[in-house]
Amino acid sequence: MSATAVITATGSAAWPLPLSQTRAVAELHSVTKRYGQTTALDNFSLELHAGEVVALLGPNGAGKTTAVRLLLGLISPDSGSVRVLGRDPRDADARTRIGAMLQVSRVPEMLRVREHIDLFRSYYPNPLPLAEVVRIAKLESIADQMFGKLSGGQKQRALFGLAVCGNPDLVFLDEPTVGMDIESRRALWDEIRALSAAGKTVLLTTHYLEEADMLANRIVVINKGKLLCEGTSTAIKQRVSGRRIRCITQLDSEFLRTLPSVVDVQQDREAVMILAERPEQVVREMLLRDEALHGLEVAAAALEDAFLELTSDSAPAQA
Amino acid sequence: MATTAIAVSGPRRLNFGYYAQIFRKETKYEFVKMLRTKTFSLSVLGFPVMFYLLFGTSNRHNMFARYLMPSYSCMGVVSACLFGIGMGIALERAQGWLELKQASPMPRFAYLAAKTISCAAFALVIVAALLTLGITIGGVTITAGEAMKLAGVVLAGSLPFTAMGLLIALLVPASAGPGVINLIYLPMSFASGFWMPVGYLPHWLRVITPALPTYHLAQIALHIFGYSQAGSMLTHWEALAGFTLLMLGAAWIIFTRSEAKA
Repeated sequence: MSATAVITATGSAAWPLPLSQTRAVAELHSVTKRYGQTTALDNFSLELHAGEVVALLGPNGAGKTTAVRLLLGLISPDSGSVRVLGRDPRDADARTRIGAMLQVSRVPEMLRVREHIDLFRSYYPNPLPLAEVVRIAKLESIADQMFGKLSGGQKQRALFGLAVCGNPDLVFLDEPTVGMDIESRRALWDEIRALSAAGKTVLLTTHYLEEADMLANRIVVINKGKLLCEGTSTAIKQRVSGRRIRCITQLDSEFLRTLPSVVDVQQDREAVMILAERPEQVVREMLLRDEALHGLEVAAAALEDAFLELTSDSAPAQA
Repeated sequence: MATTAIAVSGPRRLNFGYYAQIFRKETKYEFVKMLRTKTFSLSVLGFPVMFYLLFGTSNRHNMFARYLMPSYSCMGVVSACLFGIGMGIALERAQGWLELKQASPMPRFAYLAAKTISCAAFALVIVAALLTLGITIGGVTITAGEAMKLAGVVLAGSLPFTAMGLLIALLVPASAGPGVINLIYLPMSFASGFWMPVGYLPHWLRVITPALPTYHLAQIALHIFGYSQAGSMLTHWEALAGFTLLMLGAAWIIFTRSEAKA
């Protein structure tokens, strides 16, 4: 079976649906979605395969949340099709195997975290035990607190708990670590990796490049509703040919731009950041001209460079 | 060979037990939520009680102590439904919370039913409070049958005003909610004879009274105690049913149109 096979909906599918590594767990097929004059998604396609963590990466307004809402069956496309677990995403059976973490501005404040989880658990036929959900989302200290009294990071953890409490096979996380401190963010990343290790499929949207870099098997870069690029983090970084040079030098930026194979020069506080195809040549020239040069670092291009290059062009290109 | 019992084995069927549990928990938590939201619970429970203490108990020597029990009970159910459902749903929609619930396997009907039942429960609490005040301080005598009938009418009355609350939730932005609801329901209540029999109202107000659903509900409630205007109660039930359908129809149209745009 080819990797792009689409599961057709059967009348009463045997459950659980057997998922091999190559079948698409969820699929957006050439969807277009417009809100009035704005085109949120333009002929956009996306496939999720079992067990992978896919990061949908893009700036604000790129269409990430629209893509997630389509996959959750909250909205329907103007054209194209959406299939989740072989079914229409609005199918109640499909929803029992899906968990979601959305960007909600407020959650009902007059229920305790434990009560919220208890309620959400009841929606699912085979939920995780309450104690397990509390453990996974690190809610021990806040389980009995009213939701309205939680801090931003605590709210995100509680929402994550709601997303996973039903033991879903497919999890959607829309900007999951927004507002979290470093510790909570790392802890949540560990939990997302644990989900993947348990064989679950995760789609996460983010504009944090580090998050996509650290978590995703596959990154899908989107901007202005169009698919720009898709591939592993390494593959995307390789699209940006060249490496980064960082050093503290007295040499002028204008001069540095004239050096052979230099693509870009940026100021980074006291240092200068140079993107060059042949960094050895550039460094040789700089060392010859500036004896006071220090703090030299040469590294592979960061995901950030690839991302900026991709999104600034906004020319649709497939990996 | 050691066997490890795995909790997730075959599918638990989506059967009656599963749905029953959802309904039970959804209703329980909805009620708890409403109770804990002091702005809601105190005003919805407090106003009818306060008004009865002000106007009802001071009128033990005439019919008002008895009249105001059913009429303020109607006020209770109308405000519970309009605020509980109208504001409740409008708020949850504005916050994005409703979307999260929709993305989950929660049956939509469970959500609405839970809210309606919780509002109806609040209304019954109000009825109980008013009856107690009436019997103790108001010097009113009522039969068990009258009390039961009033409870039944109030429960039935939760349906048309739930429908109205739904329409309000769809039309009115959450921030304007309380203002709009108060602007609608207070004059409506007054013109329907909640504070004094319709006959006492000025003529120009009495003209619009038959168009108000609150009037029809009040008439049915007052009829139990013998204070309704002459005429068959059937027309009032029909009016309420028609109003409910009208509200539901309008809500449906608006909802599907907004979904189409979404």
